[in-house]
Amino acid sequence: MSWILILEQSLNGLQFGLMLFLLAAGLTLVFGIMDMINLAHGSLYMLGAFIASTFVQATGSFTLGVLLAIPATAVVGMLLEMSVLRTLYARDHLSQVLATFALILIINEVTRLVWGSDAALPGPAALSGPVELLPGLRYPAYRLLIIGVGLAVAVLLYLLVTKTRVGMLVRAGASNREMALAMGVNIKTLFTLVFGVGAALCAVAGAMLAPLFAVQVGMGENILILAFVVIVIGGIGSIRGALVGAVLVGVVDTIGRAFLPILLGAFFQPRVASAAGPALASVMIYLIMAVVLYFRPQGLFPARG
Amino acid sequence: MKARIIATLAAALLAGSAFAAERIRVGFISTLSGPSAALGVDIRDGFQLALKMSGGRLGGLPAEVLIADDQFKPDVGRQAAQKLVQLDKVHFLTGMVFSNIMLASVPVAFENKTIYVSPNAAPSPLAGKDCNPYFFVASWPNDAYHEAAGQHATNKGYKSAYLIAPNYQAGKDSLAGFKRFYKGNVAAEVYTKLGQLDYSAELAQVRAARPDALYIFLPGGMGINFIKQFVAAGLSQDVPLIVPGFGSDQDIIRPVGAPMLGLFDTAHWAMDLDNAANRKFVAAFEKEFNRLPSVFAAQGYDTALLIDAAVRDTKGKVEDVEAVRKALKAARFDSVRGAFKFNRNQYPIQNYYLRVVAKDAKGRLVNKTIGTVFKDHGDAYVQECGMK
Repeated sequence: MSWILILEQSLNGLQFGLMLFLLAAGLTLVFGIMDMINLAHGSLYMLGAFIASTFVQATGSFTLGVLLAIPATAVVGMLLEMSVLRTLYARDHLSQVLATFALILIINEVTRLVWGSDAALPGPAALSGPVELLPGLRYPAYRLLIIGVGLAVAVLLYLLVTKTRVGMLVRAGASNREMALAMGVNIKTLFTLVFGVGAALCAVAGAMLAPLFAVQVGMGENILILAFVVIVIGGIGSIRGALVGAVLVGVVDTIGRAFLPILLGAFFQPRVASAAGPALASVMIYLIMAVVLYFRPQGLFPARG
Repeated sequence: MKARIIATLAAALLAGSAFAAERIRVGFISTLSGPSAALGVDIRDGFQLALKMSGGRLGGLPAEVLIADDQFKPDVGRQAAQKLVQLDKVHFLTGMVFSNIMLASVPVAFENKTIYVSPNAAPSPLAGKDCNPYFFVASWPNDAYHEAAGQHATNKGYKSAYLIAPNYQAGKDSLAGFKRFYKGNVAAEVYTKLGQLDYSAELAQVRAARPDALYIFLPGGMGINFIKQFVAAGLSQDVPLIVPGFGSDQDIIRPVGAPMLGLFDTAHWAMDLDNAANRKFVAAFEKEFNRLPSVFAAQGYDTALLIDAAVRDTKGKVEDVEAVRKALKAARFDSVRGAFKFNRNQYPIQNYYLRVVAKDAKGRLVNKTIGTVFKDHGDAYVQECGMK
């Protein structure tokens, strides 16, 4: 187990975590500000990937296609908010879960009608191979791009939330919604805007991950569960919490998958280790969540005082 | 509705008598929706193509195919089987892709002495101690592709092999099959979460382990992701990747594209197998559906041909189940895979080939046959089967 391997696995964890962050950021804002459980968030991630695939094929350029897909998905998200989700804010969480679960099924089938069950989104050819970061450490160039984009979006989002007027309204809404309302914040527009930003982040994640993963109907459901774990760990409504939670989940999951079977092998018989290793690795992130919830029921960075 | 009831009653009255039936009813349950639908759709299209080419007849009699979607859920599959067997009184049941769904559904057929002809799933229990007179496999035993891959790795003289499969029963069976015929050293046996999308952690471990070969059993979307990421990590230059045939067929080639070039796999069928039945099938499939056939399509087509031959040989007396069984066992049809016969557990004995993904004359990515790994190969479980 060389340090190069550990470094490579840490990069893998960081890359996975940053993409989770893009999903979790939108989810945590919607949950924190509107007190709305939106299971259809994963559907926007899927739509982002499908829309990007169409634009990339139409324009012939990966960069241009992804850049076009981001506002397009944001528009879809805002339309969804104005037409359906807006009516759910006043309802209890159970109604929201039921309605947005129905949305998942509807969006899945509509996507299948429009695009078919899968689509192709090839990554940029120049980044298709590995680059040598250090002697002996070759890392896929495209994954480095993902890390770069993830970090850039995180910084942008941080500036947006902490330095701008819109960000201030968002923070006010997250920490005390009633008070923000009472102070005359135009909640309606703000909600639609937040939803649009969330959808745009989904599109970034969906489009960036598409060349690594398959673009297919149902791709949003698996990753949505992880995004919920992230926001529960980070604290609902907190962007900072989402970032820390996402990187934590990404690194723990990757390191667990890579090294837990080896670690167990040092203590137990190979047969036991090979059976327990993968089982334990796949529940590691849920263990972390349980531990965090035990000590800090509000998450690591609670948004509400 | 009334006519339907009368027809059903008439069919029920006829059951057991040895009159020639007027129509053949086939119940076809498959996974036709969800992320794994591509496999079920290929089997269905292959089956329907054979039917269309024979003018909608099986063994000379007009055939009615009742299609149901199992939605990738064992309980839905079982309900569909109950309806088709008990209500519609189908003469044959077929279609299912996945072993877990089929194992939940076939007991319904067995209890009613309805024959199930499997176009894909062929799990080891039904080959061995639970072998059943009403179960016929028109595809290949679940372990066979993995055994052939293990034999190929042995033939190549690979000293160490790294194995990856999802952490569930079929994953463990697949690696057991590979190891049964692989004589080298197993560098590591890694079980990943079923449905895992990102394999960066596993790929880094493979790079560190420097094995002579890498074998993966990752069906569907998992394999698509793995192969893309394997190539992006630059590992394809260092480590030969071997996959089972269904892991690198047309349904995987379409979404992955060029990174598939040069991938080795093992299967019982290939598009370029040189026999008259296969040439006819490949040309007809491409013309009808405007895409190239996969192994699943070939299996669906063969299943229809097998049933066709059995109905023909019993002269349409499909109510006589024993006669139908005998005719099925004889398997007098020209399979697209070439020579094929049934073992005493009603699983096939056939050849397995080594294939490589390459460009054909029109520049399309296809599997080319480059060698025969096993000749007349059966399965490891037939000894445990009590049937004569």
